[in-house]
Amino acid sequence: MDLSYGPEYDTFRSEVQTFLAANASAAPRGEGLRSPKMLSWQKRLIEHGYAARTIPKAYGGYGAAPDILQSRIIAEEFARAQISQGMGGQGISMLVPTLLEVGTEAQKEQFIRPTLLGEMLWCQGYSEPGAGSDLASLRTSAVLDGDEWVVNGQKIWTSTAHLADWIFCLVRTEPNAPKHKGISFLLFRMDTPGIEIRPLVDMTGNANFNEVFFTDVRVPKDQVVGRRGDGWLVANAILGHERDSLGNPDATLARFNALAELMKIETLNGQRLIDHPVYRDRLMTLQGRMMALRYNDLRVLSARLNQADASLARMITKLEGTELRHALEGLAIDIMGEFGLAYGDNPLKRDHGSWQYQYMYFLGLIIGGGTSQIQKNIISERGLGMPKEPKLDRAG
Amino acid sequence: MEFGLSREQTLLTDSVARFLSKEAPLDRVRRFATEGDDRDIWAGLAELGVPALLVPESAGGVGLGCLDAALIAEQLGYRATPSPFLGTGVALPLAARWGGRIGDELLAAVAAGERRVGVALANAVGRRADATLSSAGGRLDGIVHFAMDAGADDYLVATDTGALYLVAADAPGLSIKAFDTIDRSRRTAELHFAGVTGSLVGDDPALVARLLDALRVMLAADTLGAAQQMLDQSVAYAKQREQFNRPIATFQAVKHMCADMAAALEPCRAMIWYAGHALDHMPDEAHLVACHTKAHVAEVGKAVAKTSTEVHGGMGFTDLVGLHYWFKRVGYNRQMLGTPEMMRLEAARAQGLAA
Ligand SMILES: Cc1cc2nc3c(=O)[nH]c(=O)nc-3n(C[C@H](O)[C@H](O)[C@H](O)COP(=O)(O)OP(=O)(O)OC[C@H]3O[C@@H](n4cnc5c(N)ncnc54)[C@H](O)[C@@H]3O)c2cc1C
Repeated sequence: MDLSYGPEYDTFRSEVQTFLAANASAAPRGEGLRSPKMLSWQKRLIEHGYAARTIPKAYGGYGAAPDILQSRIIAEEFARAQISQGMGGQGISMLVPTLLEVGTEAQKEQFIRPTLLGEMLWCQGYSEPGAGSDLASLRTSAVLDGDEWVVNGQKIWTSTAHLADWIFCLVRTEPNAPKHKGISFLLFRMDTPGIEIRPLVDMTGNANFNEVFFTDVRVPKDQVVGRRGDGWLVANAILGHERDSLGNPDATLARFNALAELMKIETLNGQRLIDHPVYRDRLMTLQGRMMALRYNDLRVLSARLNQADASLARMITKLEGTELRHALEGLAIDIMGEFGLAYGDNPLKRDHGSWQYQYMYFLGLIIGGGTSQIQKNIISERGLGMPKEPKLDRAG
Repeated sequence: MEFGLSREQTLLTDSVARFLSKEAPLDRVRRFATEGDDRDIWAGLAELGVPALLVPESAGGVGLGCLDAALIAEQLGYRATPSPFLGTGVALPLAARWGGRIGDELLAAVAAGERRVGVALANAVGRRADATLSSAGGRLDGIVHFAMDAGADDYLVATDTGALYLVAADAPGLSIKAFDTIDRSRRTAELHFAGVTGSLVGDDPALVARLLDALRVMLAADTLGAAQQMLDQSVAYAKQREQFNRPIATFQAVKHMCADMAAALEPCRAMIWYAGHALDHMPDEAHLVACHTKAHVAEVGKAVAKTSTEVHGGMGFTDLVGLHYWFKRVGYNRQMLGTPEMMRLEAARAQGLAA
């Protein structure tokens, strides 16, 4: 057991701190994805190696050698300072790592740099009305016609489709192959003729995801990532990246601290909520859970560093991380009583209404990216070696 | 950075695990529950160096750390092993290491597995009913209700105000009433003091507080092991038990019960490692982490104990598979030296969130 990062990392940490202190005013705070402030901040972060750190220079990244601890320190310090770590989104967090793994040289050159700079926004077209948890049953088809794929079908829950320039999309290209083997991973522009986007309002009141309809959408043949028919494998590499980023422990810690602060300020009958034994006990209960999960995360990190096995520890992080965060946001609402209801333009809302918003948002994350129930299937089957349930239909 | 166990730690726990699976299986635990004799087990553990683990090398011990001890506690929990490890192997050597007055002779005898020490710190945690223990001029008067690792040669006892004494079991004026708790894999006794002369180990309540933190982490580690045992048995049983013409492990309700147990329990392992490490190396954090570890692992343990019993159906409720030994072990670990609510209040105090 050695929890120190070592002197060279202490130096690195103070470099990050110095950067944050000097540049804090340039950081966006709630500005949108396309805002000039966000775009210039993203550029600055890449130049200093605080975003796209390990992505090769040739593709627009900073080009540092992968160092898990350095990445960890950056995440910790940005979270502590509550400063944006730059642009997220499915293009940067999912597509770029996949292209680096399986993309052609031409694809890497064409897509990675503008994606990193925020000039090319992406959406993820996987889910369909008939294919959610059972994603491999998707039916949107792509048929080769000369040098082009012709895409027909429908996607749903496509986050940011209304803002996106491009989509990475799963389509069925081999209708006669078994269901996991007939899928291809296709990239195309969202302004291609034949695409219709209908926003869906979600429970937070935002319309962040959409239905997307494809009617004879023509896509150049070479815009497949990986081999034709290998789309399922390509997509699964991406899901791994997604799950790792969903239960972000630094963000949870920052929210915990904010909740403790809130409880010191808000009162009931003149008594601070933190002095209310029941509420305080609930806060402490969540802190215990959070600490266990943070240490679990350290263990996973260290296992990656030292090639040790921590597969079960890693497998549970999406489930536990999102459930914990949802519970934490929910506690803030509970302790505020009626004030917990304030939303929208209500001046009585606290912390910009973020507690209600995040409470709902994290329910979305519990469902998205593989529901909690699907996570439990994975944990019991792959983690504990329990058998799959017997299949009713073996077709497809 | 390395958040994980060293090769030596893995070797140590493997050797203890092997010994216990061979020499102290459930049948042996059952025999202890009726006969109360664990001498062969403790002698075997002594051969492996368990009682000497935390004893300084200068006094004939191995001089290892609290994390090592927690790993042993986990193994003892995994087999519901009867042993005086907490008092003898943990509390006494740590009291010496942390500045208490303990003679080298006693430490050497403890390290060799020849003397046993029980612990009676309950009054320093919270006094219930008529519990009270005071000292005047080195003479102890009062009652401690739940002394752990009874049947010992000596007892470490804490007064209400947190002074620590060592008293011999046969000291004049001390009467020891052994009694049952729900956990028959442990020996518990009530201690009555009437003008008992003890030797003062330390009068700074900080020493008792630190010992309590260490013992709490050990109890939590024991629960981790016990709950892991219950999870392992659940998975094994579910794979082999058939209903509706298929193994019940294929039923999603059963799989999800097991996944819930695993998802809650796995982070407890990292928490125990961290807490064990903190006791020796992170004085600023150790208390807070120990409180949260005691509380959180107790909550997870309770849920696992219930769920695991349910996975076994009626069999889980019987004495036949003996699952209840672990169920009760988890219960004991939860109630002793601070319940989850008390621990969370302590945790709040430790960070200035409660008066
Ligand atoms: C906020 C949000 C953003 C999203 N963004 C995107 C996006 O950008 N792109 C995209 O492609 N998709 C996106 N999704 C879709 C998301 O991936 C799916 O919602 C998710 O995979 C679940 O599929 P479903 O909604 O069809 O639910 P269903 O699969 O119909 O599930 C309904 C219920 O059945 C349960 N269930 C289903 N199968 C099983 C099983 N085998 N065992 C046990 N229980 C089961 C589920 O757990 C759930 O409780 C998003 C979803 C959300 C909530």
